[in-house]
Order: sequence, then C-alpha cells, then structure tokens
Amino acid sequence: MKRNVLPGFGLSLGYTVFYLSFVVLIPLFVLLFQPVGLGWEAFWKAATSRRAVSAYGVSFTTALTASLVNFVVGLITSWVLVRYRFPGRRVLDALVDFPFALPTAVAGVCFAVLYSPTGWLGQVLEPLGFHVVNTTTGITLALVFIGFPFVVRTLQPVLADLEKELEESAQSLGADRLQTFVRVIFPAIFPALVTGFTLAFSRGVGEYGSVIFIAGNLPFKTEIAPLIIMAKLDQFDYAGAASVAAVLLAFSFVMLLALNAVQAWANKEPK
Amino acid sequence: MTPAPRSLDPPWVKLVLIALTVVFFVVFIFLPLALVFVQALSKGWDAYVAAWTEPAAVSAIQLTLLTTAVVVPLNSVFGVAAAWLITKYTFRGKTVLVSLLDLPFAVSPVIAGLIFVLVLGNRTPVGAWLDSLGIQVIFAPPGIVLATLFVTFPFVVRELIPLMQSQGREEEEAALTLGARGWQLFFRVTLPNIKWGLLYGMVLCNARAIGEFGAVSVVSGHIRGETNTIPLHVEILYSEYNFTASFAVASILVFIALATLVVKAWLEHRFEKSEKGETP
Repeated sequence: MKRNVLPGFGLSLGYTVFYLSFVVLIPLFVLLFQPVGLGWEAFWKAATSRRAVSAYGVSFTTALTASLVNFVVGLITSWVLVRYRFPGRRVLDALVDFPFALPTAVAGVCFAVLYSPTGWLGQVLEPLGFHVVNTTTGITLALVFIGFPFVVRTLQPVLADLEKELEESAQSLGADRLQTFVRVIFPAIFPALVTGFTLAFSRGVGEYGSVIFIAGNLPFKTEIAPLIIMAKLDQFDYAGAASVAAVLLAFSFVMLLALNAVQAWANKEPK
Repeated sequence: MTPAPRSLDPPWVKLVLIALTVVFFVVFIFLPLALVFVQALSKGWDAYVAAWTEPAAVSAIQLTLLTTAVVVPLNSVFGVAAAWLITKYTFRGKTVLVSLLDLPFAVSPVIAGLIFVLVLGNRTPVGAWLDSLGIQVIFAPPGIVLATLFVTFPFVVRELIPLMQSQGREEEEAALTLGARGWQLFFRVTLPNIKWGLLYGMVLCNARAIGEFGAVSVVSGHIRGETNTIPLHVEILYSEYNFTASFAVASILVFIALATLVVKAWLEHRFEKSEKGETP
C-alpha cells in the first residue's frame, strides 16, 4: 500500500477518540458499571420487578406491531412515490421526513388531542368501540408515525434502482403482475425492508416523547420501559433506573448487531 | 429530472395504492399539522402571540437557541475530524470506531439523559466536586447541552463519511504536491468539496437538537423560566391543560420542522446537481 502523506492523522485521531470518549463512551460505561456496584441480586431484582417486566412487554409488543404496520405502509408509500407520477407527489415525498423533523413532544400532544374522545378522530372512533387514548393502540399509532420515515427512506433508493427490464422480461415470460411482484420484486427489496423494519423497531422501543401523552401511563397496562426509568429517577433510585436502562441497552445492542448482520447479508445477496 | 416511468400496474391498482398513501398522509401528517394551528389560534391572534411572548416562553426559546448554538458547531467540528480520520487513513480498529459512532442512535433518549445524571449528578464524586466549585451541570443548562450533544452526535459524521469516501484523497494529495500545507489544504480543497454534505448534516443535527425531549427532560429539572427548552415548555403547558398556549408554542416548532424539510429538499437538489449519481 502506498504510504499516506496527508497531514492531520494524529490530530484527527486524538480529537475523535477524545470527543467520542467524553460525550459517548465514558457516560455509557458509567451506566453499565452502576448495576455492578449494586450487586447482582439487587440488580436482578430492580431489572425484573413485575412492573418493569410488564413495561418491557408493552414497549416491545407496541414497537413490533408498529414496525409491522410500517413494513406494509412503508412498502406501499415507497412504491407509490417511486413508481407513479401524480400531482402533489413531491410534496408527499418531502413530508415523509416530517415525523423525523417534528419534535416528538409536539407529535405526542397532537395525537393525544386528535384521538381523545372529543378530538377530531376520537369522536368518530369512540362510538365505533375503538379506544385509542390510554391504550396500547395509542402507543402503537405514535410509534407508526415515528418509524414511518425509516422504512420509506431505506426502501426508496432500492426500489428506484430496481431494473425495469427484469420485471418486463418476467412479464413477457408469462408471469402476471402479482407473480412478478412476489417472485421478482419482493425478494430484491426484502433486505431493505428488513433493515427499515429493524431501524423503526429499535427506535420504537426507546421512544419516549411521542408516546407518553397518548399512553396514559397506567402501570401494568400502558407504561413503557423508558417511563420506568423516569419514575425511578424521580424517586432518586439511580441504581434502579440504571438497572432497567442496562436491560434496554443490552437489547439495543443486540438489535444493532442484528442490523449489521442483515446488512452484510443484503450486500452479499446477488442483485 | 427523472422521466415518468411507464407503469406496468393496472390502473385500478395504481389508483388504490395512491388513495391508501394519501389517506395515511392525511391521518398521520396533515391532520396533526392542521390541529396545531387550529388549536393555537382557537382563542384568537392576540392569545397566540401572547403565548410565545410571555417570559417563560421567551426564556425557553433562548435556552433552546443557546443549546443548538453550542451543540451544532461542536458536533460539526467533530464530524469533520472523524470523517477525515476514517476516510483518509487506514488504521487498526477503524471498523470498531465506525460502529461506535452510531451508538447514540441505538440508545433511548431517556437513557441518554440518565447517563449524564449518573456521571455528573450531585451525588456522584465528579458532580459533588463541580458543585463545590459552584458549577451545576445537572438540572441546569450545561446538562441540557451535554444530553443534546449525545443525542445528535452521529448526524454530521454519518453524512460526511459516505461523501468523503466516494471523493477519495487524490485531490488532497495533488494539492499537497502543489505546495498546499496543513489547514490551507483543508480550507481550500476539502471544505469546498464537502460543504453541501456538511450543511445537510448540520440541518439534521439542528432539527434534532431543537426538538429533543426525552434526554433533555431527564437532565432539565423543569425549572420554569430557567431550565425549560421549547419542547419542555410545550409539555408543561399541556399538562396544565392550557392547550391553546401549548399548541401556540408547538407551532413554532412546526414552522422550524417545515423549514427544515424545505432546506433539506433544496440541499438534496443542490447535491444531485453537483454530484451526479451520488446519493447520500
């Protein structure tokens, strides 16, 4: 390999490592160290209290449901935005990122008011027997909103790069449109769909701002895991908060590893 | 401009899918948008203006501006340094470093706040020492800045790495043989090449810094007029059932979000023009 003559290696390495350590690594390490100081038994007790376990369950199931919804909605939206031309398409395309750009607290209060029994959507849904506010349905809706850009933005470039000829030849060989989709298009975009799904899911598990307003935060029913951390902090139970956080962090890292594995597998997949 | 692709789908399929997409956008994006303004203006223009000119709102706006004014430049300088390191050199441990950069994205905002309470809170050795010097970090603006730094940490560097990777280092090496030195090389050659990508990352970082709620909520202490940012102020007003004021303040954030999308779309357009075929 050619010797690198560009200046600045020492400076950029030093600065990067210093900044990364102080802003990210040391604080995270202190968090992981906290349960150790607490002792295994106390850690386990705090991390697996009935209320905490039920909150993990609420967080995981709502995030999972929301990502599944986004799997379908994101696929339809990306397809429509990439393949069709219609008035207003560019506006919709730009607004895909709206959930990312809008502060989560604003999204939270909007949904809580929209779906309240007197809200624009609530007064239609409540008489039909759909209760959204203070239910896991409400949490799921908020997470659908939050996760939506992740799925669409991962899928769009892949759909745009998909070769039209492949579909046309499938069709000329006698496949109907549905067969073409199931056999040709879907397998090609599947890795991107899984990537988007995983991103939306891991974001959903940790999400706080958009959820707490609509959730009602009833213990054992609609209390999410990040809220348990909040509650423990309010009682100055730092070690307890750190224990629950450590469980959530461990889960996030597993998701991150899974995501890397999915991406490695997607890159290997012949195009 | 991309030409309109011939669609192989039957017209009814096309119609149904477009209709579904529009319905989703109406329910999830247009209705919340409309709601903010209808609620904010429900008591008239004067109440609307009063909601964000009252002292607590003004102080929240100031604190948010201060936070972004510190966070965006710091994370941008870091982003450029880290992207330079990763794309211009090969060294051991690079892949580990790259994956560590993404770490804050995987962490719940509440945990992002919690870690700084655990490191710098009054009960920790470091926090107690700082306290004895009269410096309060947690439940004070420095804590808010730190938590926001963490949450928005990856935005700039993530935009720059793919961009600088594709540009390689030939131009810098050429400039070097022509006699450019150190910072001159950076400001004359590298920076002009990456300016759009850098700006793009800064816009994303800025949007998140203004809107961060969970992490800031943990470290803020919620002292009205002192440690409230705009999103926290929205929450307080909402929990006091002062919906009109809450949505009036939220409407500022909506304007910022919409402005972000416009700037973002414009930058993407610039980007496509200057880097044909290169998408971030």
